[in-house]
Amino acid sequence: MTINVKYFGLIAEITTCEKERILFTKKNVSEFLELLYLKYPSLKNKDFQVAQNQELVSQDALISGHELALLPPFAGG
Amino acid sequence: MINMNRYKRHITLSEIGQAGQNKLLKAKVLVIGAGGLGCPILQYIAAAGVGTIGIIDFDTVEISNLQRQVLFGSASIGMNKAEAAKIRLQDLNNTISITSYPKKLTHQNAITLFKNYDIIVDGTDNFETRYLINDAALITNKPVVFGAIYKFEGQVSVFNYKNGPSYRCLFSNQQEKEQSGNCEDVGVLGVLPGIIGSMQANEVLKIILDIGNILSGKLLIYNALNYQTTVLKINKSEAEISKVLDKKDSFKNKTTSFLCSSEVNQISIIEALKKNNIQLIDVRETSETPKIDSIAITSIPLSDLENNLDKIDLKKEIILFCQSGKRSKQAVSILKQLNINNCFSIKENSSEIKKHLENI
Repeated sequence: MTINVKYFGLIAEITTCEKERILFTKKNVSEFLELLYLKYPSLKNKDFQVAQNQELVSQDALISGHELALLPPFAGG
Repeated sequence: MINMNRYKRHITLSEIGQAGQNKLLKAKVLVIGAGGLGCPILQYIAAAGVGTIGIIDFDTVEISNLQRQVLFGSASIGMNKAEAAKIRLQDLNNTISITSYPKKLTHQNAITLFKNYDIIVDGTDNFETRYLINDAALITNKPVVFGAIYKFEGQVSVFNYKNGPSYRCLFSNQQEKEQSGNCEDVGVLGVLPGIIGSMQANEVLKIILDIGNILSGKLLIYNALNYQTTVLKINKSEAEISKVLDKKDSFKNKTTSFLCSSEVNQISIIEALKKNNIQLIDVRETSETPKIDSIAITSIPLSDLENNLDKIDLKKEIILFCQSGKRSKQAVSILKQLNINNCFSIKENSSEIKKHLENI
């Protein structure tokens, strides 16, 4: 199946897009991220949280939604 | 008697009225950082008549600040930001009480300072201070109005509000991962902190007035380039919160590291090994791998550094390393503040160090 993935801040700079649709067969968030790291290896070292359907989830959450978002912390002020 | 004509446009609103204005006049708000976010926050809460305002900032005004830090003018250059902001704000509203604290927020002063205020506003520019604010606010049970920016994007939330989630529930401190924009000179669109800081001021006023929906348990992300606004739900993590509260008695004993302001001596493993009389210290937690055993190494996890100073041989040059080079930098910053100056952080990560040591 496919899922919409949104990227913010530094993460969007790595992916060079703010959103995309990704085809996948994985069950949970961490498996999905492994797939994403193959596409964007430098994501692996970055600090970010994952949200599914506008709610932050842990890495072992099952993918059930239609949208994921990768959110890095911002420090600037 | 204060001239209420000043607040006529507030009092006219049925949602505020004289009773609401009185709440604002009685409120005590501490703003940490009088920079890009702090300036609009302070400007609006002072104008709104928040009766007691504290401003803490150690930094001085530079010409490159004027592109976005709207409380300052050319005459403020070289002045402490908290003091320069106070002068401008007192002119804006001379009926409120403003205290400036021209110093750094530290583990030693945070708790006492926070106890004097109802609401804490985070307008800082680095992760170390953001976690310090979060933890001190958890310990003193104060809500934190959080804002942070990166280039054209901003985040806003309210933490620790009526038992809601904290900053650590959103981002537990992943020290080994690369984090964006921590005190580096990242560019920022000048108006962006104006927008995000105004949103923070809005949350401050709503909390005091008890109106609308507070951004507690939610993170708002705003993109200034395309007006896209995303609101994500944050769940409370009791585990993250207890980690802070369990250590509250030793909070004041912690040394605050200032990675942004202090020069941290970084060297390569090759340079380190060229030195004659060294003590190599691994500041990772004892469970972390890869283990390095080809050379004598003292293990002192960063989390417990201050309690293990007796393990440090002051007659030697102290060489610290960790998984990525980040915690060892923090350790150097802490040791320097404890007047242990002969210390260096290794640039390479633990796998690279292990490989190098095994090939000697």
